[in-house]
Amino acid sequence: MLGPVDYILLFAGFAAHVCALIFLLKKRAFTQHFTLILYLSFSIAVGIGRCSILKTAGFNSNAYLYFFYYSDALTTICLYFVLMTLYAHVFSEMGVSKQVRGGAMLLLAGTAGISYHMVAASSDRLVTHFVAELGQNLYFVGVVLTYLLFGAMVKLRENRTRLMQIVLSMGVYLSLFAGTFALGNMHPDLPIWRYINPLINMWLPISWSYTFMKVPEDARIASARVLAPTNR
Amino acid sequence: MIAALIFAISIVTLLQFFVSYSRSLIAECRGQELSEQTREICGVTARTVTGDKFRKLSELIAMCPESGSDSGTLMAVSAYYRLLSIVRSLSNWASPTATAWIEAERGDCAWAAAVVLDRRIAYTRMMMNQQSSH
Repeated sequence: MLGPVDYILLFAGFAAHVCALIFLLKKRAFTQHFTLILYLSFSIAVGIGRCSILKTAGFNSNAYLYFFYYSDALTTICLYFVLMTLYAHVFSEMGVSKQVRGGAMLLLAGTAGISYHMVAASSDRLVTHFVAELGQNLYFVGVVLTYLLFGAMVKLRENRTRLMQIVLSMGVYLSLFAGTFALGNMHPDLPIWRYINPLINMWLPISWSYTFMKVPEDARIASARVLAPTNR
Repeated sequence: MIAALIFAISIVTLLQFFVSYSRSLIAECRGQELSEQTREICGVTARTVTGDKFRKLSELIAMCPESGSDSGTLMAVSAYYRLLSIVRSLSNWASPTATAWIEAERGDCAWAAAVVLDRRIAYTRMMMNQQSSH
């Protein structure tokens, strides 16, 4: 049974995603950051889906559990697309966008293949421990990819502030979720998880809204400046 | 076992991403000048603010109406400031050489808070002007 805090968190998360989508569209980010729009739209659709299943089946139902974890896995795959676009932005001057696209397709196929193998191998454990493990693995692959991207940005002396902040905010988000899912796998019965997930869910839309509202397109920052410690 | 390993790695990467993200926000604020009024309120004369002023600045910010999405910046910078304060108390006995760097970082956090205060003062003034014109 959901309490008022759960409903407030659900509504706040939904509102944060809608506001972020409006800000991005207002800043004409549709063409340059299409995957960000795609991710936000998909998250909004997932939010609506979760609310309708909560209303019809209830919070403790298997239907909600299935929908929660599998929609979460699909949202993470959407984040992979965002990451691939960011890779393409970072490597745009090197003319390797074809390789990036190929790599993205391979990665997606690999992730799908491994996930299928895991589902086939543990079909009796679906909904119980397996879905949480799958989520944890997907987020962790995202953390590794973001870390590699950030490393490449530092190495290539990437100085676009917007790009830097988008990548770093994704790193924070994916690390938070990977850690939370891992801890959730070790201690699944803690009641705190139902509050933590919606709270973390608000991070990306809020940070992206800030970046697109306050950071101009042509703003530049030395990548070494964000690495601690720096020489003063 | 794998979950524990992923948890440990995630905490390390989270710290690194969060510190870098906070520093990118602070670096952005570092390029902005403070108005005379804000300098007067903060008691700032030079281009730097001491880290100890952060709490006072946060209290002043809380008294002003919000001006858009700067509360997110303030939350991230506040969390970074608290993290630095914890590291400072630990490093006092572990590595005294790190203290100077931590103090400079805390000062940068205070500067970012002063920039947020500056924005809010400007916003409040604009709202008051609009009200008086009506």
